[in-house]
Amino acid sequence: MNKYRVIFLGAVATVLFAFFVLVFMPHLQLLSVEPPAGLRAYDDSALAGRQVYVSLGCLYCHSQQVRAPSFGSDAARGWGRASYPEDYAYDYPHLLGTMRTGPDLMNIGLRQPSRAWHYAHLYAPRVMTPGSVMPAFPFLFAVKRQAEMGDEIVDLPAGVGPAGKVVVALPKARALVGYLLGLKHDYPAGPEPVPATAPGDAR
Amino acid sequence: MSAPDASRSARGASVEPPARSGHDASVTAAAVYLDSPPADVAIAERVAADESTRRPALLFFHSAVVWLVVGSVLGLLASLKFQFPDWLTGEAALAFGRVRTVHLNAVAYGWAGMSLVGLAVWMVPRLVRAPLYRPGFAVVAAWGWNLWLVLGLGAILAGWTDGLEWLEIPYPIDAIVVVAGGLMAVSVLGTVAQRKTKHFYVSVWYVLAAMVWFPIIFATANLPIFGGVEQAAVNWWYGHNALGLFITPLALAGAYYFIPKVLGRPIQSYYLSLVGFWALAFFYSLNGIHHLIGGPLPAWLITTSITASVMMVIPVAATAVNFHTTMVGRFAALKHSPTLRFVVAGSMIYTAVSLQGSVEALRGFNRIVHFTQYTVGHAHLGVYGFASLILFGCLYFIIPRLVAWEWPSDRLIRWHFWLALAGVLIYVVSLSIAGWRQGEAMLDASRPFMDSVNLTKPYLVARSVGGTLMLAANVIFAWHYWLVVRRRGKERLEPAWSAGEGLA
Repeated sequence: MNKYRVIFLGAVATVLFAFFVLVFMPHLQLLSVEPPAGLRAYDDSALAGRQVYVSLGCLYCHSQQVRAPSFGSDAARGWGRASYPEDYAYDYPHLLGTMRTGPDLMNIGLRQPSRAWHYAHLYAPRVMTPGSVMPAFPFLFAVKRQAEMGDEIVDLPAGVGPAGKVVVALPKARALVGYLLGLKHDYPAGPEPVPATAPGDAR
Repeated sequence: MSAPDASRSARGASVEPPARSGHDASVTAAAVYLDSPPADVAIAERVAADESTRRPALLFFHSAVVWLVVGSVLGLLASLKFQFPDWLTGEAALAFGRVRTVHLNAVAYGWAGMSLVGLAVWMVPRLVRAPLYRPGFAVVAAWGWNLWLVLGLGAILAGWTDGLEWLEIPYPIDAIVVVAGGLMAVSVLGTVAQRKTKHFYVSVWYVLAAMVWFPIIFATANLPIFGGVEQAAVNWWYGHNALGLFITPLALAGAYYFIPKVLGRPIQSYYLSLVGFWALAFFYSLNGIHHLIGGPLPAWLITTSITASVMMVIPVAATAVNFHTTMVGRFAALKHSPTLRFVVAGSMIYTAVSLQGSVEALRGFNRIVHFTQYTVGHAHLGVYGFASLILFGCLYFIIPRLVAWEWPSDRLIRWHFWLALAGVLIYVVSLSIAGWRQGEAMLDASRPFMDSVNLTKPYLVARSVGGTLMLAANVIFAWHYWLVVRRRGKERLEPAWSAGEGLA
């Protein structure tokens, strides 16, 4: 090739074509996605917790997307119904994830609704889930001689944690666990089922 | 001509034999005369070209080698955290999610990115027979690129991240690399504008295209206007293109330059080069959404990327056949040229990893390996086995010509090669088996999830072993690099590996 223009314009054309197909067309299609009535927007505390999740890189081991029953065992594992684009209407940045070194968290708030469990699990993962490879996050907690007013004490099994002291959740841990507990996507979503009968027939 | 090797002839381009300018002769018969100046002119021009790029190219390479060591130390640290999950957990900055992320950014943008840009800076003036335009711009670009990484990786360690894979560096900091990239483009495109050649050699196509592609995909993906699943699509369109439209074309540019260069003969087929280039341009740019197979995105979008991923067989096969037919009958040269050894190994792995990628994108296969360590193995086969091996080979050729000092040790290069190759193979094989079994366990709802975790553990130990070998290879290389740029060791007139011994 001896034409600068051919290479330059060819390169621009191919990447713009890809942009059109993979970015612009989905953009048009997804414009019509509305947040479902059952999906609550994140409040400030949940957003703060989500930020902790993002900053600690939880997404590198946990996905937030449930596959359709035809494409895996997610439903059979009790991870919830298949996810749809509208489930992510409030998500910025997206946290779909690409790894399941740990389980999917799309519905962790339904599956494990215990705040105490999450605190203990973040503080000492292997105590709560033997064999887990999740890192411990002790820096989300403080060790105190004695709990103060308003503290949330981490309920650890005997022999775990510093002897004679209490472990309390720092604000980041409280926000993170609040965010996790709010991950519930059990409202109806996805393509509306075709009614079995025409609306007029119901009468 | 048993083992022709340009790097044998001497350090410094000044004594390169004229026949070794085979890269210019690869176009058409007519172009041989148009674009191949008399030998003495060609040599003088190559010397001038190298001189014009010396400062910026070395700055890019020095930085890249530092990032390589930093990045691979962090990679090993992240790997060891699977064996010792309670180790170094006291600080948020040392959390797995941050260390792993800084590892990726340091090796992808610091090591691979900076050395590939250095390669382009060094190669283009030689190929268009014009000195580098505004080398000062390229020097500033290299410093800017480093500043971007230092601030960006510091931000990630401190917990400030955009939260998107391959795009973690906060977008306000990304402005620095946009400016650096712009200066870079002025320098390289300005050089091309002053060309004395009529034809562009294949490597120049890839460099020019990458310099068009990267700014477009990077700028698009960093626009803070996407959210939800649309952002996921943009994220992976970028993430895959960072490999497909930046790292891959520049690494292939290096392979297309050095295989004919070292062998002293042109690339076998001009037309296969064309097919390889345009098919890569068209298909690779459409690959990205295969990272979201099974995810909550429009099915047509995912299917498009699967189709394009399979179509990647065309450019990959074209390139592989082209390289192989150029090499046939000349494999003995692998014993005498570190450059050729690394570049050919990297090119073969390019074929392997690309075909693996095409299979991996098929729904039936992807269903099993999608969320598993298999993908991690694939990524390392690509960035280390393919791109990094080619880059090592390029540096073995380029550095002596920029510092007028040969690599002092034959043995260190051999250790580097075999440790790198063994390390990455152990890494990839162990994670591929781990990932496959992990995927099967996850798909079987009758098995507890912890089965999928527990069964990977021995393979993750093997991964740490492979990673240790890769780190050792990189440290040996960095040490040797330090020796050569400091002009240490015995002064040699002949380049490394030219002693004629049958080398391992």
